[in-house]
Amino acid sequence: MNIHEYQAKQLFKEYNVETLEGMIATNASEAANACKILGGNIWVVKAQVHAGGRGKGGGIILCRTTDEVYEAADKLIGSNLVTPQTSSEGAVVRRVYVEEGCDIAKELYLGIVLDREKELPVVMASIEGGVEIEEVAIKNPEKILKAYANPITGIGNWQARKIAFGLGLVGKQVSSCCKFITSLYDLFIKLDCSIVEINPLVVTSNDDIIALDAKINFDSSALFRHKEIENLRDLDEEEPLESQATEAGLNYIKLDGEIGCMVNGAGLAMSTMDIIKLHGGEPANFLDVGGGATAEQVSEGFRIILSDPGVKAIFVNIFGGIMRCDFIAEGIIAAAKEVKLHVPLIVRLAGTNVELGKKMLSESGVDLITADDMDSGARKSVKAVGAKI
Amino acid sequence: MSIWLDSKSKVIIQGITGKNGQFHSEQMLNYGTKLIGGVTPGKGGQETLGVPIWNTVNEAVDNGANVSCIFVPPPFAADAIMESADAGIELIVAITEGIPALDMVKVNKYLVENKDTRLIGPNCPGIITPGASKVGIMPGHIHRKGDVGIVSRSGTLTYEAVNQVTEKGLGQSTCVGIGGDPVNGTNFIDCLKAFENDNNTKSMIMIGEIGGTAEELASEYVKEYVTKPIVGFIAGKTAPPGKRMGHAGAIISGGKGTAKEKMRAMKRAGINVTDNPAKLGDKLEEII
Repeated sequence: MNIHEYQAKQLFKEYNVETLEGMIATNASEAANACKILGGNIWVVKAQVHAGGRGKGGGIILCRTTDEVYEAADKLIGSNLVTPQTSSEGAVVRRVYVEEGCDIAKELYLGIVLDREKELPVVMASIEGGVEIEEVAIKNPEKILKAYANPITGIGNWQARKIAFGLGLVGKQVSSCCKFITSLYDLFIKLDCSIVEINPLVVTSNDDIIALDAKINFDSSALFRHKEIENLRDLDEEEPLESQATEAGLNYIKLDGEIGCMVNGAGLAMSTMDIIKLHGGEPANFLDVGGGATAEQVSEGFRIILSDPGVKAIFVNIFGGIMRCDFIAEGIIAAAKEVKLHVPLIVRLAGTNVELGKKMLSESGVDLITADDMDSGARKSVKAVGAKI
Repeated sequence: MSIWLDSKSKVIIQGITGKNGQFHSEQMLNYGTKLIGGVTPGKGGQETLGVPIWNTVNEAVDNGANVSCIFVPPPFAADAIMESADAGIELIVAITEGIPALDMVKVNKYLVENKDTRLIGPNCPGIITPGASKVGIMPGHIHRKGDVGIVSRSGTLTYEAVNQVTEKGLGQSTCVGIGGDPVNGTNFIDCLKAFENDNNTKSMIMIGEIGGTAEELASEYVKEYVTKPIVGFIAGKTAPPGKRMGHAGAIISGGKGTAKEKMRAMKRAGINVTDNPAKLGDKLEEII
């Protein structure tokens, strides 16, 4: 789960991770007013959207007067910000963060992620701040310093010091950096993060170490013990159909194709998308109805798939394992009748009681095409939307 | 022959009195698994499905248990795994989906100190040696005794592969679902190594998916040490980057973990990769 920069910085403050003072604004007057409260003579107006690459998209504007802040906020709020990480339509800016400026001596990169290979949290730092860290990782991997945390003892001061010296920091900067890293690690662990990234992390002309940006991604599996984090969820930033699916206990991800898929199990759901593409079609979504695939889940799945106007056919691919196929067929029939399907429905069932399931489908009176295996199911789906095989 | 699980394995269920634990315990008993009891703290001394319930895994081990299958809910699952490891259980199969990743980091650190324990999962369908024992939630009847070893990160996609193998008139030595989480116990390499050393496994199917680098590492291992033929598939070729595809571990992040990269690594290692998940059985027939 993602949160906004301003929310991340609020959490930073709670964990003594140094950031600048800033205020959130939902209109230009509020933004201009924020300058007065914050004081100083230089501010940065930052669009608050979940996508990264905001600087490149023009979503971060440096201002020297209150009028400039007003104009910047007025321009950003309500606009669609297109960044390298958004779709071509961009993301709607609903609020901006007005932050005090600072004198930047050096821009660095600092991140903590869970390293899947070593199965440990790793602190990563680089002198190449402000640029895409993935690019640094490819072109100059030696420029990324790493320190693996021990899950029992955490990140040692010695490890933080090594990073600080490795970054070329000197004097007071070193101790500031150590404090920064250990505080950030504390936040990472206590809040069950999967990524905390600061790019850039800046060294100011006063030798302070400050998070200029803040990105936090939380482990969704751990939200049960962080209700306060769940409250930070911004549904406006999520695809509405995806949120609706989550509510119903389904796993749905919208794509741009025309064949809607409903599958039980994540691996089989991905494979179903793949096989549609393999036969020349484009999947409209990923949808995992769970191992059981009950009638209610199937109905809700149909509703969600059909809310996408791009869908021209639906391919249901269910491997009835423990759950019997006749039971699943019953669910599909009930759901198809209830939601009044207006696009071709292709159903492939496999597993326990498959013959009975198929018989029920063909005798149901519901207009559908059955398939014996996922290959023919995918072919029939592609044919149904008129794509060339 | 098989790997890790056979007809002598004495199995207990942690969380046997929960809805899922109860349902699948019954399925396992029906399959013929030597299920000797269950553990639910506070319900020790009672009975369910004709087997005893104990308060602790220690009591279960005292009664002969050497395999544990975990259905305990996510907040308490890591604790349940460590309890089993501490009690000396040899094989722990964690079915539970949604265990926090940092809990699993601690569990794995803990397991390093309990080297005799093998963990499979979490978030997995389990392990089955057809005709001998089933520990997990997979449908037993689609399996058939044979010599194909199957390892996969997925659940239903594994059933798909199993079914294709069975429909070809072939069978499986052991099938292991290693689970879809980013931090897990047994990995691909562990399984491939065990299958390579198992006399009754003649060929293998390896099913990976997007996210992480487990398939790439396994491919390097295969290139070096595995002589038996392998059919490979990677799910998620069409998955968009940055989106979690159901499984917590199935995500392409920072351009890493794509299906393309994984398939390339597998091909380089001599694995027979198919890009059609419906043709796993055909491909296997072709190479054996």
